Amino acid sequence: MKTLEEEVSVALPRVRFKDARIEMAHGAGGKASRRLIEGLIVPLLGGPLLAPLADAACLDVDGARIAMTADSFVVRPLRFPGGSIGELAVNGTVNDLAVSAAKPLALLLTFVIEEGIATETLEAELRAIADAAQRAGVQVVGGDTKVVEHGKADAVYITTAGVGRADPRARLSAQSVRPGDQVILSGPIGDHGITILLARGEIDLEADLRSDTRSVYHFVEAILDVAAPGLRWMRDPTRGGVATALNELARDSGLGIVLREEEIPVREAVRGACELLGLDPLHIANEGQFLAIVAPEQAEEALAAVRAVPGGREAVIIGEVREQPARTVLAAASYGGTRVVDMLVGDPLPRIC
Amino acid sequence: MCLAIPGKIVELVTETPHLALVEVSGVKRQVNVDLLTDEGLGLGDWVLIHVGFAMSKISAVAAEEQMRMLSMMGEDHEAMLEIEGYQFGMDPS
Amino acid sequence: MKYVDEFRDPKLIRQAADEIRRLARPERHYRIMEVCGGHTHAIYRFGLEGLLPENVELIHGPGCPVCVLPMGRTDDGLTLAELPGVVFTAFGDVMRVPGTKGSPLEHKAGGAEIRMVYSPLDAIKLAQASPGKHVVFFAIGFETTAPSTALTILKARQLGLDNFSVFCNHVTIIPAIRAILESPDMRLDAFVGPGHVSTVIGCRPYEFIAQDYGKPIVVSGFEPLDILQSIVMILRQLAEGRSEVENQYARVVPWEGNLPALRVLEEVFELRPYFEWRGLGFISQSALKLRDEFAKWDSERRFDVPGIRVTDPKAAQCGEVLKGVLKPPQCKLFGTECTPERPVGALMVSSEGACAAYYNYVHRMAMAGAAESL
Repeated sequence: MKTLEEEVSVALPRVRFKDARIEMAHGAGGKASRRLIEGLIVPLLGGPLLAPLADAACLDVDGARIAMTADSFVVRPLRFPGGSIGELAVNGTVNDLAVSAAKPLALLLTFVIEEGIATETLEAELRAIADAAQRAGVQVVGGDTKVVEHGKADAVYITTAGVGRADPRARLSAQSVRPGDQVILSGPIGDHGITILLARGEIDLEADLRSDTRSVYHFVEAILDVAAPGLRWMRDPTRGGVATALNELARDSGLGIVLREEEIPVREAVRGACELLGLDPLHIANEGQFLAIVAPEQAEEALAAVRAVPGGREAVIIGEVREQPARTVLAAASYGGTRVVDMLVGDPLPRIC
Repeated sequence: MCLAIPGKIVELVTETPHLALVEVSGVKRQVNVDLLTDEGLGLGDWVLIHVGFAMSKISAVAAEEQMRMLSMMGEDHEAMLEIEGYQFGMDPS
Repeated sequence: MKYVDEFRDPKLIRQAADEIRRLARPERHYRIMEVCGGHTHAIYRFGLEGLLPENVELIHGPGCPVCVLPMGRTDDGLTLAELPGVVFTAFGDVMRVPGTKGSPLEHKAGGAEIRMVYSPLDAIKLAQASPGKHVVFFAIGFETTAPSTALTILKARQLGLDNFSVFCNHVTIIPAIRAILESPDMRLDAFVGPGHVSTVIGCRPYEFIAQDYGKPIVVSGFEPLDILQSIVMILRQLAEGRSEVENQYARVVPWEGNLPALRVLEEVFELRPYFEWRGLGFISQSALKLRDEFAKWDSERRFDVPGIRVTDPKAAQCGEVLKGVLKPPQCKLFGTECTPERPVGALMVSSEGACAAYYNYVHRMAMAGAAESL
């Protein structure tokens, strides 16, 4: 019988997962996560539909294109300024479908609940889920519940499965991206990650910040209505931030991306917190933003369409795709200084010294 | 070395003289000011913060002076170019 | 952000870069060392090297307090972390530094109680909140950070805390600069001096560099304009044949330093007779330890710290990069066996490390030959 090592190396000789243990970094959304997925999970589970590793999978079911996605939500604390785990669960799943250009239709939710939590807590989450689902225009159609012993879950873990209908107007792929394509970002980055960091209470910082959790489907729809032929690729920059999402695009497309440092929208308080902690806003998680790559001839229209939707006012073009430097994301400052923007390695560790 | 950030003192509490509430871009942090006891800190003063301690009081005067010198850097040269351009009827050789 | 944004003004940056171009004589090759890792990081983060003319070369110095610790000290710290009942606390910078059997993060994954803190005072709070545990604080840093540790130890004494101690790895900057000046491999024209260390020690300690070695040293801030202005000041000194200590960072650095900080350092610490530095070998009187009256809060006296000595892997050239003899990409392991994800040495993961700065902000651009296309 083959050892795990042997099986993995036969399936995907290039990327090998050699870590003896799973660490927090493997769940952070950056390079380590990527290695876990490509080096261990895909080789063992994979098939052609899994290979693109997109936010949602598209299946052809008797002529209808159905998009499916799954996600899990592990958040401490459960409630934070701007939302709670329930809202994240709904919006996060809806957004995975939205950035795959699929109209979100239905959600399934499973709860793993730690024994001893107050019913009130669970009830609050259920209300939050119901509200968020209604705002996002999706129905909760099924799910499961389990209770585990005290200490075996962080109050509540929620996993979701989302189903949507792929919009026939869209043809998204990293391979369709071309030099000259514009990078649209829907709004300020870093709000969610910093809000959570502060809400944990481990850092002595006070700031007036809220999570940006929301559904982005309406923005996507607006782009599809006016610029579908020019829309190449989308992603919601959750864990790992904008840097990780764009690095994945750069890698998958083989192209380069150059961002204009001064165009990247960051709220003052997020910037202050990041400067204090030595973090880069480009690496911080967002829960209500998306990136869209649009052909240059339709980019302004797409941007205007997003801005016309309530909540889309802050959308902006932050850069463009170039042929060189290949597979690299750069940020250029207006005075001419440039730096590479790399994918997150592990957890964003605040630097002090 | 080491990350240090300028912040503005927005609150001082007499009962806890070794602490101050400092604000950086809208983010507030409680900071220990024991190293600046000789400075006589007041509300609105700016300090340099490092690992939760205020290390130095920032001199607005020195900062302005520095900005002035930086702005002049280009001007000096432009002034020189202009003067050279006049030539004052000098023989180019 | 006040006192930050003004010093990132694009127009003034271009002006300063132009001035540097004007001052740099084409027949000379200038070798300027920025001592401090924070400056190395800033230079790469803001893309400043690209603004300088070819003949102005920046050499990265050993001013990264995590990078200069030999691996054995990390191992010693992790020995403490593995003790039952000990909670090991340290700044984020330390978490990915490789020890012989893995980094603190990896030890954490293996079950050791390791917590990141943002201030040494957090470690005290943790000790107060966990009476059944002993909290060890892994203190790192040059003179910038040592006063904070000192104040924290005084606070522990004031509170009568029994379950808190400091594993002290503070090092001092002057011996490192001296070692660089004495090194036969080094041929430097001037120094960009460490701005934040100087808020504590002031500018006087650098006088020997200008007077005895004849090299200009400009104490510099960390914003792009600060660094560029410092280079302008250095080039002016060299053009005029001067060698002086100048304070570019006057808005923050007092010439005489911070007296309360120096007093508290004197009160709590004394110099170790010698200390091993990665790359620079054993240097006498270059590191701090707690004075006897504070033995109770000294992890090395509360516990049996093995004092492990570990040499770096043969192929790793951390020492040479630290001294500025090699640039990061010249190390044979750079980018291949040694990456931020799988570091061989601390320079690749410390936020002040030259290798990390180069890898994170530059190297892929260099590899793709981007300079032309931009």
